[in-house]
Amino acid sequence: MPTLWFILVAFMLSVYVLLDGFDLGAGVIHLFAAKTNQERRAILQAIGPVWDGNEVWLIAAGGTLFFSFPVLYASSFGGFYLPLIIVLWLLILRGVAIELRSHIQNPLWTSFWDAAFFLGSTLLVIFYGAALGNVVRGVPLDKQGHFFEGLWTNFDPFSLSPGILDWYTILIALLALVTLTAHGANFIAVKTEDPLNARCRRISRQAWLATVVLAVGATVATFFVQPQMRIGYDSRPWGVIFPIIALGGLIGMGYYNSRQRDRAAFLASSAFILGMLISTAFGLYPDVLPAVTPANSLTVTNASTSQYGLVVGLAWWSFGMVLAIIYFVFIYRLFRGKVQVMDRGGY
Amino acid sequence: MDNATLVSRIQFAFTVAFHYLFPQLTMGLALLLLILKTLYLLRKDERYNTAARFWARIFAISFVMGVVTGIPMEFQFGTNWARFSAFAGGIIAQTLAMEGAFAFFLESAFLGIFLFGEQVFGQKMHWFSAFMVWLGTWLSGAFIIASNAWMQHPVGYTVGSHGQLILSNYWAVLFNPWIGPQYLHTMSGSVITASFAMAGLGAYYLLAQQHSDYGRLFVTLAVIVGLIASIIQLYPSGDMEGRQVTVYQPIKLAAMEGLFHTEAGAGIIVIGQPDPTKGTLDNPFIVPNVLSFLTYRRWTAVVKGLDAFPRIQWPDTITLLYYSYHIMVGLGTFFIVIMGLACILLWRRWLFRSRWMLWILLLATPFPFIANTAGWFTTELGRQPWIVYGLLRTSQGTTLLSSGNVVFTLLGFMGMYLLLSLLYVVLVIYEALRGPVVEETPVPTGPKGQTAFSDELL
Repeated sequence: MPTLWFILVAFMLSVYVLLDGFDLGAGVIHLFAAKTNQERRAILQAIGPVWDGNEVWLIAAGGTLFFSFPVLYASSFGGFYLPLIIVLWLLILRGVAIELRSHIQNPLWTSFWDAAFFLGSTLLVIFYGAALGNVVRGVPLDKQGHFFEGLWTNFDPFSLSPGILDWYTILIALLALVTLTAHGANFIAVKTEDPLNARCRRISRQAWLATVVLAVGATVATFFVQPQMRIGYDSRPWGVIFPIIALGGLIGMGYYNSRQRDRAAFLASSAFILGMLISTAFGLYPDVLPAVTPANSLTVTNASTSQYGLVVGLAWWSFGMVLAIIYFVFIYRLFRGKVQVMDRGGY
Repeated sequence: MDNATLVSRIQFAFTVAFHYLFPQLTMGLALLLLILKTLYLLRKDERYNTAARFWARIFAISFVMGVVTGIPMEFQFGTNWARFSAFAGGIIAQTLAMEGAFAFFLESAFLGIFLFGEQVFGQKMHWFSAFMVWLGTWLSGAFIIASNAWMQHPVGYTVGSHGQLILSNYWAVLFNPWIGPQYLHTMSGSVITASFAMAGLGAYYLLAQQHSDYGRLFVTLAVIVGLIASIIQLYPSGDMEGRQVTVYQPIKLAAMEGLFHTEAGAGIIVIGQPDPTKGTLDNPFIVPNVLSFLTYRRWTAVVKGLDAFPRIQWPDTITLLYYSYHIMVGLGTFFIVIMGLACILLWRRWLFRSRWMLWILLLATPFPFIANTAGWFTTELGRQPWIVYGLLRTSQGTTLLSSGNVVFTLLGFMGMYLLLSLLYVVLVIYEALRGPVVEETPVPTGPKGQTAFSDELL
C-alpha cells in the first residue's frame, strides 16, 4: 500500500509538471515568441481556460502527499522552507499576471504584466528544477527526520550540509528550464497560427538542442551525485523502460519539430518529461527523500501513514481522479483548436 | 512562547485572514451569479445576463486573488507547522486533500467555461458552468470546515506507535457533529458578504444616478438574499455554534463572553473593556440572565467562568478574543437591522428613493468582511492554547525554524499582500465605475458568429 501511494503521488506530481509545465513554458517564451499585443493575448488565450485547472494538480498532489506520507510532508516542507515560500510568491506573481493583464487597456499596464508573467514563470521553472535536484541529491536529514537548508552554502553537492543551490541542482534547474521552454513552445505552436506558430517552432528547436546537451550532462552527473540511482536500476533492471521512454520522447521532440508536426512534438515533449520524472522516482525508490547520511533517509515505510488511512484514501481518491479526468477531457475538448484573438474581450 | 512560534502564528493568521477576504466574497457571489443566470433563463430579460457578466468580471478578479493567496495555506501547514503536520496529518490531510481532489478541480475546470465560453457554448452550458462553479466553491468550503472542525473537536482517531494520531474512522471525521453548525454559519456569512457588496454597489448606482436599471436589480436581489442570510447567521447557525462551544469548549465560551467568574443566571456583556489581570470589566453594560438562557436554555443555569479552569488551559489573548467575538455579534446584529429595514422599504416601494437608506447600504459594504474575519479570530483564538483541541498545544506544533527565516517570509507576505490589495481595490473600483456594459461577445468568435475554433484536436 505505501508503494502504491508512492506511485500515485509520483504520478500526480508528474501530471502537474506535464500540464502546468506548458503554462510555465508559455510564460518563458511569452516575450520572445509574441511581438504584438494581439500575439501576447493569443498566448494568454491559449492557456487561459486551462492554466488554473492545471495548477490545481500541484495542490492536489501536495494534499495527497500530506495525507499519505505526513512525515515526508512535514520534514520536506520544513526543510525546504525558504525555496517553498519563494515558490508560493512566484505562483502568486504568475497567477495574478495572467488574470489582471486584460483588465485595463493600457500599454504600460499590459507590458508590466507581460514582464511579470515571464519573470514569474521562468523563476518558477528554475526553482522547481532545483527542488527536484535537491530531492535526488539528498538532504541533511537528522535521526529525528528533520533538516533545514539555507539557499546556498558552498555550492558543493557532496557537502555534508548542502544548500538549496549547488552546481548539481543548478544544472537540473537549467535542464528544467530548457525542457519546459520547448514543451511550452510546442503547446503554443499547436494552438496558434503564423507568425506566432513559426516563431514557436524555432524556439522549440533551439530549446530542444539545449535539452539534449543538458539531459546527457544531468544524467551522468546524477549517477555520481546519487549512488542510490545505480542501485535502484541494478536491482530492478526492468525499469530501464522509463529512461527509454524519455529518450524516445527526446528524439521525437527534434524529429517532429523538423517535420512541422506540432501536436506530435507536444506529445513527444510530454513523453520526455514523464519518462524523466518517472525514471527519477523509480531510481530513488524505496527512498522518498534520500539523506546525506543514508541511514536517516525517509522511505516509503517510515514516512507513510497507517494502512487504514491509505486504504480509505484510495477509495475517495480514485473516485475523485475519475471525476477530475472527466472534467479535464471535457474542457480540453471544448477548447480545442487554434485560438483567434478578436479586438476586445477574453484575455 | 519562543519568538519563532509567535511569528509563525502571526504569519498564519495574517495569510489566512487576508486569503479569506476573497473566498467569503466569491462563495456568496457564486450563489448570486447562479440566481442571476437562472432568472435570465426563466424570464429571458437580457439585463439579468448583462448583470451576470458584470459580476463575473468582479468574480474573476476576486477568484484569482483567492486562489493565489490560498495556495500558501496548504503549504504553510508543512512549512511552519511541521510537527502538527506529522502529528495530525494522517487525519486532517484527508479532508484537505479531498478539497483539492474534489472541489478545486471542479471549480477551476468550469470557471474556464464560465469566463470564456458563453458565446461559444450557449446559454444552457453557461448556466451549467455557473452551477458547477457554485458547487465547487461551496464544496471547497465544506472540506475546509471539516478540517477546522476536526482541529476544534477531534474525532475518529487513535494514537500510533510514535505518538502520532492515525485515522481510525473516516466517516466519523466526515460527519463530525461540529461541522454542521460551523459550515452553515460560515456559508451564511459568505452570502452576507456578497449580498452587502451587491447591495452597496447597487446603492451607489442609484445615488449616482448611473446604470439605474442595474442599481435597482442589484439592490432588490441583494437585500432579499441578505436578510435571509443575516437571520440564519444569528439563528439557527449562530445559536448552534454558541451551544456547541458551551458543551465542548467551555473555556472558549467564558473567555469570549468576558465571563471571568462562574455565575448562576449569568448575564450577557454587551459592552465593557475586560481587564484579565483583575478579572473585571470597565464600564460594563450587562443584560442579566441572557447568557445562561442562550447557552443552557434556562435563565438560572450555572455558566462556568474562566476561574473554574486552570490557567494553563486559558487562551493566551483573552482581550483580543473578547473583542473579536463582540465585534462579530455586534455587526451581525446591525446586518439584520440594515437588511430588515431595506426589505421593509423595498416592500413599500420606497427603497430606491430613500437616499439615507441607500447611503447606509453603500457604507455598510466593508463591514461583513470585518465580521467574518472577527468570527474566525474568535474561533481560532478561542481554540488556543490548543492546535488540536485537548491533544496538542500550539507551541508543540511548530516547525523548529529560526525566527530569522520566519520574519523574512512574514515580511515578504505582508509586502506582497499590501500590493495585491492595492491592485484589487483599483481594479474593482475600475470595473464598478465602468458598470454593466452591454458589449459584444466577450470571447472570440468567427466572422459568421460561430465558434472560431477549427476542428483540429489538441
